[in-house]
Order: sequence, then C-alpha cells, then structure tokens
Amino acid sequence: MTRDRTRHLVLLLPLGILTGAFFLLPTARLIAVGASGEAGLAGYLAVLTTPRYFESFVATILLSLGVTAVTLAIATAAGLFLQRNAFPGREVLVALLTFPLAFPGVVVGFMVILLAGRQGVIGGLTDALTGEKLVFAYSMAGLFMGYVYFSIPRVILTVMAAIEKLDPALEEAARSLGAGPWTVLRDVVLPALKPAFLASGAVCFATAMGAFGTAFTLATDIDVLPMTIYTEFVLYANFATAAALSIVLGAITWLALALSRSLAGTTVAAAG
Amino acid sequence: MSLSTSMPVRLAGCGKTFADGTRALEPLDLGIAGGETLVLLGPSGCGKTTTLRILAGLEAPDPGGRVLFGEAEVTHLPIEKRNVGMVFQSYALFPNMDVAGNVGYGLRVRRLPEAERRRRVAEVLEMMAISELAHRRIDQLSGGQRQRVALARALAVRPQVLLLDEPLTALDAALRERLRVEIDALLRRLGITAIYVTHDQSEAMALGDRIVVMDRGRVAQVGPPREIYFRPANRFVAEFIGTMNLLRGELRDGRLVLPGGALPLAGSEAADGAAGETEVLFRPEAARICASEAAALVGRVRSAQFLGDRTRLVLDGVARRTVIVEAPGRREFRDGEAVGLTIDPTDLIRLPD
Repeated sequence: MTRDRTRHLVLLLPLGILTGAFFLLPTARLIAVGASGEAGLAGYLAVLTTPRYFESFVATILLSLGVTAVTLAIATAAGLFLQRNAFPGREVLVALLTFPLAFPGVVVGFMVILLAGRQGVIGGLTDALTGEKLVFAYSMAGLFMGYVYFSIPRVILTVMAAIEKLDPALEEAARSLGAGPWTVLRDVVLPALKPAFLASGAVCFATAMGAFGTAFTLATDIDVLPMTIYTEFVLYANFATAAALSIVLGAITWLALALSRSLAGTTVAAAG
Repeated sequence: MSLSTSMPVRLAGCGKTFADGTRALEPLDLGIAGGETLVLLGPSGCGKTTTLRILAGLEAPDPGGRVLFGEAEVTHLPIEKRNVGMVFQSYALFPNMDVAGNVGYGLRVRRLPEAERRRRVAEVLEMMAISELAHRRIDQLSGGQRQRVALARALAVRPQVLLLDEPLTALDAALRERLRVEIDALLRRLGITAIYVTHDQSEAMALGDRIVVMDRGRVAQVGPPREIYFRPANRFVAEFIGTMNLLRGELRDGRLVLPGGALPLAGSEAADGAAGETEVLFRPEAARICASEAAALVGRVRSAQFLGDRTRLVLDGVARRTVIVEAPGRREFRDGEAVGLTIDPTDLIRLPD
C-alpha cells in the first residue's frame, strides 16, 4: 500500500515539477504584478470598471460566444451529414475540414485578408458586380470569420465521434412513434449530443477568448482582450494592468471550461 | 382494455438487395393473420431482421415488393406514417426524458391534449405494472424495467402492428424467462398482430402462433411450433431447432441396420419393401433407456452430463456419429457403460427427399 503510494508520487514528480516551475510560479508572480500598480489589489477592480477595458471584455466575450454558437451550428450540420452519408471522397473532405488545425493564427489571419482584405477575392468580386468594394477583413467581422474557420475542426471531430456513438435505434424508435425527421433531430439527436456540444463548445469558447495571432495579423485596433493586453504590455509598459487583465481573462476562460465540465459530467479536456 | 386493432399484414414478393449487391432477402410472400404472433427465427444473417425492417418501413423492399396492412398498401409510407409499435434489443429509450416522457412521446408527437395524454400514459404504465417508475430517469432502471418501459412506449400509441426485434436478447437468463411469459400473456390479452424476431428457438416456440424459420435470406419452413419441431421440412430446420440425432444405415426387412443394432421402422416405411441406404432422425427425449438385452440399439456412454431433472448422455457405437439421448436424472451413468435404447417408430423423423 505505502510502496504503491510512493511509486505513484514518484511518477507524479515530473508533472509536479513542470506545473510548479512553469505554471504555479509564473501565475503567482502574475497575480502579484497585477496588484503592484498604484491602486494595489484594487487594480483588479479597475480593469473591470475602466470603460476601455470593460468594453474590451464585453467585445471579446460576445465574439467568443458568437463564434462558439456559429461553429457548433455549422459543425453539427456538417458532422451529421458526413457521419450519415457514405460517398466517394468523404475521407478527403473530412481531412480537409480538419486542415485549419495545422495553421497558426497568423496564417488564418493572412487567409482572411486574402479573402476579404483590400485586394481580396470578395472585394474584387463585389467591385465588379456593384462597383463598391466590400472589405471586412480588418474588423470584428474578419476576426469572427477567421475564428469560426479555425474552430470548426476542433468541434466537428468531437461532434462526429458523438454522432457515431449514437444508437441508430434511438432515432428509429422516435420515428416509429410518429416523429418526422426534424422532430427526431430536435427531440432525440440534439439532446443526445448535448455532452459533445458542451465539451467542444467550451474548448471553442476558450480558444476564441485567448486567440491572438489572427487578431494581431488583421489589425492592431481590434479591441479583443489579448490585443489589449499586448498593447498595455508592449506599448505602454503598463505591467500591472497587463497582468491584471491576463489573470481576469484566464479566470473567465477557466470558469467556462469548469462549468461545461460539471454540466457535461465528463472530462472536457478530452475533447480538445 | 382494447389497445389494438387486429390488423392482418401481408408481404408480397418482398426481396432486399443492398447497395453493394448482397442479397439479404430473396423475394418473400408472407401473410400474417390479424392478432397472430408470428416469430421470425434464424441465425444471424438469415434475413429475419431485414424482413422486420421492411414491415416497419425502415427499409424499402426491392422494386416489385409490396407491403400491405389490411387492404391498404403501405410500401411507400415511411415508418412514421405506418402507426407501428417497435421494440428494440437495445431498448432505445430516450435518455433525455423520464419514463412517463418516453411512454408519452408518441402521443406528444400526435399532439394529443395534455389531459388525455396523461390518462393514456397512466393506463399503459399500469398495464405493464410499472406505474411507480413514472418519474424515474432511464439510467435509474434495470434492464427488465427498461424493456417494460419500451413495450409501454410502443403500445401507448395503439399501433396497428407490434414489431419486436430481439427484445429479450440483452437480458440475463432468469429475467428473459420471466419477461417472455409476460410478453406472451400481454400479446394474447391484447390480441394485437405481432411480429417477433429472435435467434432463440425456445423463445420462438413459447411465443409464436407460427414460426418462420429462415436461412440465408430464404424461408426454410413456416408452421406452428409443434410442426416445426416434430416435422422439420428439411435438414436446416431439423438441425437448427433443438438437438437432432441422425441415423444412417441399410434398410433391411423393415429395420434400419446400424452399428449398434437394428431399429424397427414404422409400418408404412417398412412395407415399402425398399432396401438400400437411408436415414432417419430422432430427438434426444424420444429414446428410452433400457437393459441391453431388451434394446434395439446398444451403445456406450462417452460422457454423461447431469442436468438435475435429467441426464444428457453422449453415446458411441449406436450409429456412425455419436448420438445424444436423455435419461432420467436419478440414474447414474459411468463413462464406458453399455446402455440399451429403444425408440418408438412414430418418434422417428424422416426428411422429405
């Protein structure tokens, strides 16, 4: 019994050292730095009450929620189709859909510019059709598009796995009781996928909250939180505020993950 | 309580070929009388589930096949328009609804008023003796309770036909036995037309008014359980249902000459005057153990299995293959012991050529 416990402790040691050195210590230091400004601990309150920071929080949370909702909708529709229909090229399509996983945020931002930027495809097309160039790459809309694009693979793989595990008899039973296809989707399929939605939605939300590369590539004046932190830290050397913002951002994201984990009753991290 | 109509059902020329070209079911004609319980029995891959799914409307038969409920052709109606009740091996209860929610689901889809819905749900729960489970979650139920809920859910919509796909297979032996008795009583009481798919022959015998034995997409035999058991139409049915012994030997003077002796055959066969190689079959319980001197056939015990109420003996030396017979449980047998057998000629089974 004690030998077992000793062995377990030894096995946990590498993780303990890593967590201590690269997570706990820097976090503790970050928390301390956040309270080191003129206002002290009240600096944390200040980042929530100062309008500029507060707006940044609201914008980031709304963006992330929107990205999560749209991604879940697209991924569920696509996942249901891909899981239910066998056709030539299906494997290739699934592989293509997971392609964005291979790109860093910078590249996704670059692609958004190529599509919707000043020299972009959409701009050229709308220019030719209406004489007016539609350019939205350098705004929240461009960021939204980029985030949805790179969130889809994370969600679609989880949702497809959940659909595959669904007992086909569930739907057949509902149909035998008189339910048409849409009713079956609403009453049986979507509720059964709820744990997958919670798990992959939380990961999607957390990723969108913290994503930086895409926003940085698109424009420096988009007010999402990671950009605000970057600006405070690099441009204004306002370390205390940057630290406080970081801690609050981390807390919100962690809370979202924890909440979905307790609702789903399974390990959300496994979905990532 | 009259939940059901006694709807006759007919399959006419229903075959099924899958997209990859495999023939799951040869064109099949099958009539099921109103109120009858028909059991589709066979090993996996025999086409019994495909037949059920064509009846349900979950699969379309190959072109030319027709499905009739009474006078109405339903071939092109999807399952949700056929008003059938379906029970699955995996129960297929909706985990996001409680027991009452599951049972009432079909009524909710049909937009029955709340009060009427509640009354009907209570009625079916009462009939299945699970009223106290009404507000349980599905994951709080045992396997037997789940299948009762599934039955209640299927019956709540007052289906024209009840379709059961291996409903007892996932349960343990004792529970299976008990639920089988319950289902049997329920089907008799309701007088509902029911089609029951199983690979378990004792289930088929106990429940079916008629049994359809299927083999590789074809009907091997259709008939009441006794007929299937005592007059199998072919070798497949003979060997699939129960245990069957094969005796192959020379026919001489109305007796079958075997390594273990000469077995008298029934008068009509003996009178044929025919000679030559022939074979007869018999069930283990048809043989009677007696003293070697008085016996038609003699063999040696290769192994004896005591089963409580009886002993199952595997005998060498009676025929070319080993023979399995049943003896009363009280008597003990040693391996290698000589035993005599007599078989009443009327208990011998001849397969049509």
